[in-house]
Amino acid sequence: MKDLEDRQERIDNLKGMGCSRKRVEDARFTQGKGKYVDDVNLPGMLHGDFVRSPYAHARVKSINIDAAMALDGVVAVLTAKDLEPLALHWMPTLAGDKQMVLADGKVLFQGQEVAFVVAKDRYIAADAVELVEVEYEELPVLVDPFEALQSDIVLREDIKDEKEGAHGPRRHHNHIFLWEEGDKEATEQVLDEAEVVAEEMVYYHRTHPCPLEPCGSVASMDKINGKLTLWGTFQAPHVVRTVASLLSGIEEHNIRVISPDIGGGFGNKVGVYPGYVCSIVATIVTGQPVKWIEDRMENLMATAFARDYWMKGKISATKEGKITGLHCHVTADHGAFDACADPTKFPAGFFHICTGSYDIPVAYVGVDGVYTNKAPGGVAYRCSFRVTEAAYFIERMIEVLAMELNMDAAELRRINFIREDQFPYQSALGWEYDSGDYHSAWDKALAAVKYDELRAEQAQRVEDFKAGKTRKLLGIGLTHFTEIVGAGPVKNCDILGMGMFDSCEIRIHPTGSAIARLGTISQGQGHATTFAQILASEIGLSADSITIEEGDTDTAPYGLGTYGSRSTPVAGAATAMAGRKIRAKAQMIAAYLLEVHDNDLEWDVDRFVVKGAPERFKTMKDIAYAAYNQAIPGVEPGLEAVSYYDPPNMTYPFGAYICVMEIDVDTGEHEIRQFYALDDCGTRINPMVIEGQVHGGLTEALAIAMGQEIAYDDMGNCKTGTLMDFFIPTAVETPHYTTDHTETPSPHHPIGAKGVGESPNVGGVPAFSNAVHDAFRAFGLRQSHMPHDHWRIWKTANDLGLHG
Amino acid sequence: MGKQIITLTVNGEKHEVAAEPRELLVHTLRETLKLTGPHVGCETSHCGACTVDIDGKSVKSCTMFAAQADGAEITTIEGIATPDGMHVLQEMFREHHGLQCGFCTPGMITRAYRLLQENPNPTEEEVRFGIAGNLCRCTGYQNIVKAILAAAAELNASKEAAQ
Repeated sequence: MKDLEDRQERIDNLKGMGCSRKRVEDARFTQGKGKYVDDVNLPGMLHGDFVRSPYAHARVKSINIDAAMALDGVVAVLTAKDLEPLALHWMPTLAGDKQMVLADGKVLFQGQEVAFVVAKDRYIAADAVELVEVEYEELPVLVDPFEALQSDIVLREDIKDEKEGAHGPRRHHNHIFLWEEGDKEATEQVLDEAEVVAEEMVYYHRTHPCPLEPCGSVASMDKINGKLTLWGTFQAPHVVRTVASLLSGIEEHNIRVISPDIGGGFGNKVGVYPGYVCSIVATIVTGQPVKWIEDRMENLMATAFARDYWMKGKISATKEGKITGLHCHVTADHGAFDACADPTKFPAGFFHICTGSYDIPVAYVGVDGVYTNKAPGGVAYRCSFRVTEAAYFIERMIEVLAMELNMDAAELRRINFIREDQFPYQSALGWEYDSGDYHSAWDKALAAVKYDELRAEQAQRVEDFKAGKTRKLLGIGLTHFTEIVGAGPVKNCDILGMGMFDSCEIRIHPTGSAIARLGTISQGQGHATTFAQILASEIGLSADSITIEEGDTDTAPYGLGTYGSRSTPVAGAATAMAGRKIRAKAQMIAAYLLEVHDNDLEWDVDRFVVKGAPERFKTMKDIAYAAYNQAIPGVEPGLEAVSYYDPPNMTYPFGAYICVMEIDVDTGEHEIRQFYALDDCGTRINPMVIEGQVHGGLTEALAIAMGQEIAYDDMGNCKTGTLMDFFIPTAVETPHYTTDHTETPSPHHPIGAKGVGESPNVGGVPAFSNAVHDAFRAFGLRQSHMPHDHWRIWKTANDLGLHG
Repeated sequence: MGKQIITLTVNGEKHEVAAEPRELLVHTLRETLKLTGPHVGCETSHCGACTVDIDGKSVKSCTMFAAQADGAEITTIEGIATPDGMHVLQEMFREHHGLQCGFCTPGMITRAYRLLQENPNPTEEEVRFGIAGNLCRCTGYQNIVKAILAAAAELNASKEAAQ
């Protein structure tokens, strides 16, 4: 018994996987000692600021910088003409397109970068921006992607005659690509012959990740040793280094990229922005460090948006509700340049996960990318490459089909779920789902909210409403989502040619503590806490004795960064694998110290024990010391390991979310009475951190579904450029969440973990939106587009004739 | 533009600083006094990342001129800790996972610090209203609210013990 207690104590002391370890990051953040990019201050540092286009589409006839240059304290004003000799007036995008760094002859969206002013302080820079005189000639504007595909107006004159784009043929001058997956003919045949077909246009509106810290960079060129150091809000610092080297011609070893603390990313900080490039050029030109920090309006108007997918769906089923086929055509509004942040071969990301959690025998997806006069981007706003769009699409189509069949939507899901015995499951659109137990999760969720009672209450409410006894309706928003995260594998996933592996390098110090460096970068996820837990369980040193470092390309191993919920599935796996290499060498050292054969030892929590003689052991601490002070025949001194992990497959977290919402028919206001979120992210590393991720992701989902959007008027003016217009919920609007879980480990991941950060955004949006739709289902509402702000809900009620 | 000398008492320490009349207080704090705890998130008073405590009130330092604070007593996140260690709010934010990326945290804690002096016994609803001027993109607020309520309970318990 005592042995067992001792063993449990040793396990507890590790603070390894499965415990709610408190975060090591918090001491500095709670005391105001975080170091974000705007906190970087260097001697002689200059400040950059942009002149931006007030027009969505215009020719730039002239730029006069004389008055700006005459202002005391202004050091330089850069325009496309200055960047052209360096071939930096345009830059490649992550999607195989190119994008203007500074306006080259014309502007294509409101807020586009036209000139870069460099001055001694940020106030002078702002003054000088006002003094740059730009003469524009307005051009007709296209903000509707359907119109853009028909229009004679040419947006991208630079490629207007190119019939072939990065992703195949272009059929119109505003067309970017048509990307297809699945069996079109077979799907159409199934739909033609189906007993029941539901058809709907589902729009997932344009929104923005809007991290609380805007984007920025500080570039510092040391002309004496030829080294460029670049601090910035980068979710992928190593890729930024490679891109910076390719663009600038500076050899990669002479570039050091540092992602310091990052104030939230949510996909917004994956791409490369003109501000980064201009700060680099400006430091090279001036010989002084240059800081560029955008303001909130610039962030919302000009950096990467998310979504903007018009999804036309058809879903077929038998009369009993068994789904037989799914067809989807997307018109994707990519804005002025195709700057989507997706793996190269996937111009619509992983949208073809849109068969969701359901066993659908045949399916087809086609996505048309279109240029419009809107900001470029198309990033995964807390989701894995268009997975949120896919989940929203299928979860709306299921609801619409349930209406068509006059069936309960929970039951319709249940009879179509992929069964536990079907995993690994090959989807009609080409994915291999690793593991899942959807029925168990669903039953647990329905029981937790007392689903049948809710439906009875809802039916009574409808009766009362019709009888004039109440003006409030009740909506029950259901979602069962399946995510796909953790890109690679390298064989089919890359960013600008860089394979999507990730990495971990570990050094064990002689006294039994360690440092591990990874190719990822935390933006609030708590990597310094959780990766140490993975390692603690693998190598038997306490997490408190392990430092985790990320984000400095001079010290960390190359990695593809943190987005698409890939840190745990890929870098987490690399961490475990590197830990196992440490343990393998430690076993040899222990065998030498204990004078036994390697195979006579077994691992036990924090030590190697001689089999059958538990009193004879060496702890990892003993072994670490021996690694540095003993001459062991055939074994190199030291205890270090590195792992570059190429995942064999992606991971497929899933979850069941239920939102219960009261809707005031007369005001359009809503109240979320209950939100239940069950997540299955495989092995759970830190339950506290998982719960925090779920709360945060759900709140982003709430924002997106209920009010947040990037909206344009017909002139291409961005109408939502400040936090006055762009909805971010406060603590008052945000409901209380109940979290729950099941645990289905990934069979191919070394520790079985699947990733969780983005699940709540993926599953949350359809749950909130379905609640709104469900409230009006009894009155025939099939589809009303997000965001469901008060006005739109009021309008829905009005259109349904509910205002008498 | 000409500068004027203003006097600020920040975290108990008196400073005379030269600032242009248009200089925002947050820049004086961050760049002249090197107190980088208050952050700039929106420059329009919406997000609250720049919240500091001025003469007993929570103020968004991104939309106040430094000159307007002449003679004021200012507390920033750097001045919240006590000589004995972290303030109980700082402890509770860690204990209840009330932060993730940390960017809103200095403003959030500084606001909560004032809130608990205005109302030492807040209900959950009062906490939610009390921090409605501070946005967080990461946590969904649930654990922030929990942390503030726990801090209130702890502060009240230690007050009772002292009596």
